Amino acid sequence: MVPIAIDNVTLEYDTPAGKVTGVKDVSFDIGASEFVCIVGPSGCGKSTLLNVIAGFLAPAAGEIRIAGKTITGHGMDRGVVFQDFAQLFPWRTALGNVSFGLEMKGVAKDERDRIAREQLRLVKLEKFVDSFPHHLSGGMQQRVAIARALAYNPSVLLMDEPFAALDAMTRDDMQTLLADVWRETRKTVIYVTHNVAEAVYLADRVIVMSAHPGTVQADIRIDLPRPRDPLSVEFLECQKQLMRHLGHKVSGNGAAH
Amino acid sequence: MFPARLFPTIETVAHTFFTLTANGILPHHAIETVIRLLSGFALAAVFGVGIGILMGRSRLAEDIFLPLVSICAPIPGLAYTPLFLLWFGLGSFSSILLVGFVSAFPIIFNSWTGVKAVKEIWVRSAHSMGADDRRMFTHVILPGALPYILTGLRLGLAQAWRVLVAVEMLAAVPWGLGWLIFGARKFLNTDAMLAGIVVIAIIGLLLEKLVFQKIENFTVVRWGMVAA
Repeated sequence: MVPIAIDNVTLEYDTPAGKVTGVKDVSFDIGASEFVCIVGPSGCGKSTLLNVIAGFLAPAAGEIRIAGKTITGHGMDRGVVFQDFAQLFPWRTALGNVSFGLEMKGVAKDERDRIAREQLRLVKLEKFVDSFPHHLSGGMQQRVAIARALAYNPSVLLMDEPFAALDAMTRDDMQTLLADVWRETRKTVIYVTHNVAEAVYLADRVIVMSAHPGTVQADIRIDLPRPRDPLSVEFLECQKQLMRHLGHKVSGNGAAH
Repeated sequence: MFPARLFPTIETVAHTFFTLTANGILPHHAIETVIRLLSGFALAAVFGVGIGILMGRSRLAEDIFLPLVSICAPIPGLAYTPLFLLWFGLGSFSSILLVGFVSAFPIIFNSWTGVKAVKEIWVRSAHSMGADDRRMFTHVILPGALPYILTGLRLGLAQAWRVLVAVEMLAAVPWGLGWLIFGARKFLNTDAMLAGIVVIAIIGLLLEKLVFQKIENFTVVRWGMVAA
C-alpha cells in the first residue's frame, strides 16, 4: 500500500560524556505490504530507528518519507506495538483499548465497537472483549496491543520486539498468529527483533544492523514459501545465512541463537 | 486512682452518647461539622487536584508552586488558625477556608506525583493513536494518575478532620463536634467529650468505608492498578 523511504537517517544521543551516534547513515526502502524485520545485536540502534520511524524521536540528519511525505512526528498512518505489556491502558477493557484510536478519530460508538470486536476476533480474543488487561496473560495482552494498533487502520504497523518477553511456546503461537493477521490485512510491517528464527519465520526481507554506531550491514530477502516450516532444511539454511551476517560462528547443522 | 469524673466508664459514655443522640444535640453538632468538613474538603479537592496536575504537566507551574507548597505544607494547620480568624472573621466561613487551605497540600503533592508517575508508554501509545492534548489529559493522564490522586484525597480528608475539629474550638461557632468537645471541658463533662470523639471516629470510618473504598474498588482496584 504505502512505500516507505528511509533516507540517510542519523540519530545522536546526548549523554553526560557528549554526543553519541546511535544510528548512522541508515538508508533502505520498504515496499507496499512488505514485512520487514530489523535484526541486530543489542545496542545497534534498531529500536531507536523504529522510534524515529514512529515519530517519537527526531533524526539528527536524513529523513523518512511515507507515501512521499516526510514525517515530522507521530501520526495515525502508523500503528505501534511495543515490547512492554504495560502499553495497554489498565483502566480500559480489551474492547476499550482497541477502540481508543477510533475514539480519537471521532468514530461513532456503535461503529467503533463493531470494528474493535472485529479486530479482537482477528487476534482470537472475541471471548475477552470485556476483560481488563490485568486479567489477561502476557500473550493475550500483546494480541490486544496488535488489535489496538490495527483498529484505526494505519497503513504501516511498527513492532518493537512485541513477543520478546513471552515464553517460547507462546511466542511460537504468536508468530503464527501474526503471520495470519498480516496475510489477512496486508499491512506494511516493520518489525524489530533480535531473534533470528523469528525474523526468518515472519519476514519478506531482513535488514541486518551492526552496532556502534548502528548501520545497515546486510539486506536479505527471504523467499521461502508461506506458511513457513521452521524445521525445514531451507528454513535452517536461511537462519544460518542470517547468523553469519550477524557474525556468529555457525557449525554444521545447528540452529542455535 | 481514676476518678469517675475524669475517666467515665464505657457505660456512662454510651449512655451519654444515646441521650445526646436521642435529643438531637449530637446529630446537630455532627451535621454542622460534616457540612464544614465537606465544604472545606471540596475546596481542597478541586484546587489541590487542579494545582497538582498543573504542576505535573507544566514546568513553569512546577517552578512557581513547588517552593510555595513546600514551605506552607509542613506548617501545622493550627498555626494558621489565628490568621484566618483575623482575616476572615470568626465562624464557619473562616473554618471552611482554613480546612480547604490546609488539606489541599497532601492532595497537591500526590496529584503532582501521580501525573509524573504516568507511564511514558501510555503517553506514547495514545500519541500514536492520535490523542490531542485535551484527550491525552482526560483519557490518559487523569486515569493514569488516579491511584495517587485517591491517596492524596484520603490524606487530605484526614488532614481536614484534624484541623477542623481544632478550629471549631477556637472559631466561636455555635455548633460543631470540636466545639462540643471544647465546651464540655468547662463543665468537666468528660462523657460528652468522649461521645464527641466517638462520633468523629464513626463519621471517619463511614467516609472511608462508604466513599473511598467504594470509589477505589470501582476504579483502580478493578483495573488492577492497586491490589485489592
